[in-house]
Amino acid sequence: MSEINRQAQQLSATILSNKRIGQYHQILLNVGEMVRHCRPGNFVAISIGDESSALVLRRAFAISRVSDRGEYGGTLELIVAPHGAGSRWLCSQGENVELDVVGPLGKAFGIPTTPVQAMLIGGAYGSAPLFGLAEVLKARGCRVDMILGASTSSQVYAPLEGKRSVNSLKIYTEDGSTGTTGIVTDPLRELIEAGQIDVIYSCGSMGMLAAIQKIVEGTDVVHQASVEEAMACGIGVCMTCVLPVAAEDGSVSMLRSCIDGPVMDGARVKWDLVGEVFGATS
Amino acid sequence: MTNSFDFSTTLSNAWFPTPIFTASGCASSGRELSQFFPLKNIGAVVTKSVMLKARHGRPTPRMAETPSGMLNSIGLQGPGIDAFLTKDVPWLVEAGARVIVSIAGETIDEYASLARRIRSVPGLSAIEVNISCPNVENRGLVFACDPEASRAVIDGVRKTLGGELPIIAKLSPDVTDIVAIARGVIEAGADGVALINTLLGMVINTETMRPHLAGKTGGLSGPAIRPVAVRAIYQVHQALPKVPILGMGGVRSGRDAFELVLAGASGISVGTATFGNPTALIDIQKQLQELLITKGFSSFRDAVGFAHRNDDVDGA
Repeated sequence: MSEINRQAQQLSATILSNKRIGQYHQILLNVGEMVRHCRPGNFVAISIGDESSALVLRRAFAISRVSDRGEYGGTLELIVAPHGAGSRWLCSQGENVELDVVGPLGKAFGIPTTPVQAMLIGGAYGSAPLFGLAEVLKARGCRVDMILGASTSSQVYAPLEGKRSVNSLKIYTEDGSTGTTGIVTDPLRELIEAGQIDVIYSCGSMGMLAAIQKIVEGTDVVHQASVEEAMACGIGVCMTCVLPVAAEDGSVSMLRSCIDGPVMDGARVKWDLVGEVFGATS
Repeated sequence: MTNSFDFSTTLSNAWFPTPIFTASGCASSGRELSQFFPLKNIGAVVTKSVMLKARHGRPTPRMAETPSGMLNSIGLQGPGIDAFLTKDVPWLVEAGARVIVSIAGETIDEYASLARRIRSVPGLSAIEVNISCPNVENRGLVFACDPEASRAVIDGVRKTLGGELPIIAKLSPDVTDIVAIARGVIEAGADGVALINTLLGMVINTETMRPHLAGKTGGLSGPAIRPVAVRAIYQVHQALPKVPILGMGGVRSGRDAFELVLAGASGISVGTATFGNPTALIDIQKQLQELLITKGFSSFRDAVGFAHRNDDVDGA
């Protein structure tokens, strides 16, 4: 039975810095001991606004990186796009503001026990948690290649220091404003056929994840996808962030992406049934 | 002072050490929240309404945040009564939680079948009969919108269940006369009422220019509906002062809970607030107790319906 991340806790975290990087904000939080339990792929749920705010729901943010070194002790980095009311509020908060944080939440990326050839694929700021993952995979002796994609150059998130943690980095933009003109799936088939990929780790839009799975289908490549569904609570009680996922026996259930994900086996997710009605009762 | 204050409450013959409960559908089966506080520390866990068979629920998007609230359109996703009674209930009882099982059916017979399965389960405090879930394909299924259907459901459950376990009928505010519905279910054998379920609402996405929720309509909850809850509780308590009310609707603080208590609620369920704060139940419980003591009450039960005092004099 699926359960909430055993290490999840609620704490007050101070904003150490909030910097604008292109279209995104890099927000650094002091979370102390919590970093010891954070794994690549985990997320945090943050309370938005104050008592007078009309916003009643927590917002989920992927953990980009954590560090237990440095002058502040445990720090946690978020890369946030100010798209909606909640993320805009968070991006407008300055240093020393206290945030109500619950984390770490969710299932992390699975790390292979033996060295493999790993391909990390990120869409827009979905790349943020992949750099921390790359460091862990490298430490395990894996070869780590990365492909990032976005509609235009300003939406690509690829920090300089992150580039050092991968063996190769290719960037695709739909308008060709940076890197190669095209989308992240363009080179995939060829790389798989050449035997250069054992495991794909992906994070981005549901459309991108589904497209990757289509290419992977029928090959031996394992696809660990970090899915994206709107959440109200992040802790498994609201049942809004569900996805149709097949069990070993083929039966399909609506699983919570906050507890059974966000990292899921791409081969198990019924991508074509997302947002569709399927058998009102089983 | 705190030691002598009596915070306990009753719903019919069921006793609870505190009046703060989870709200059905807002705590899953309770296990997730136990990561944040011991479930035995709150009054009771009201479990997510369970149906006879396992159910996938509605497709996504299932949620839309709205001013001071949210719409949900889950559609009673759940494991079905058998898996629920095998896995979830024993775990809750073992954890020391007081358990109110919430049931939902598509037909009057299904409610009775659910009651039959629950009849012999040990360790339950009460049964909530949810006749008002708005997220069903056929609005005709909302029994609580029809006085006759409401009575028939409760009558079937009462007859199947026998006389021991208290029955709490969960009603919808989307009716013309909630007092008439409440009176009907009490006459049919309910011991109390739960007020209120969510209000039916809709959000249209102005980008796609279509309803935002896959199920088109959803249930509105959160602080936005609190005045509706206070009104419904006040009206029912005034008409039926002896009937225990489990109140809910937008409670986010001890002050909010106090408002429902003053209107006539003997227990308060906290739902949407938990989504924003996993420890909301504990915070609200503490705040309510402090508030009651500050106001000079020596027991929680003295405050129930306190806003109705001297109504006869005022009305004369």
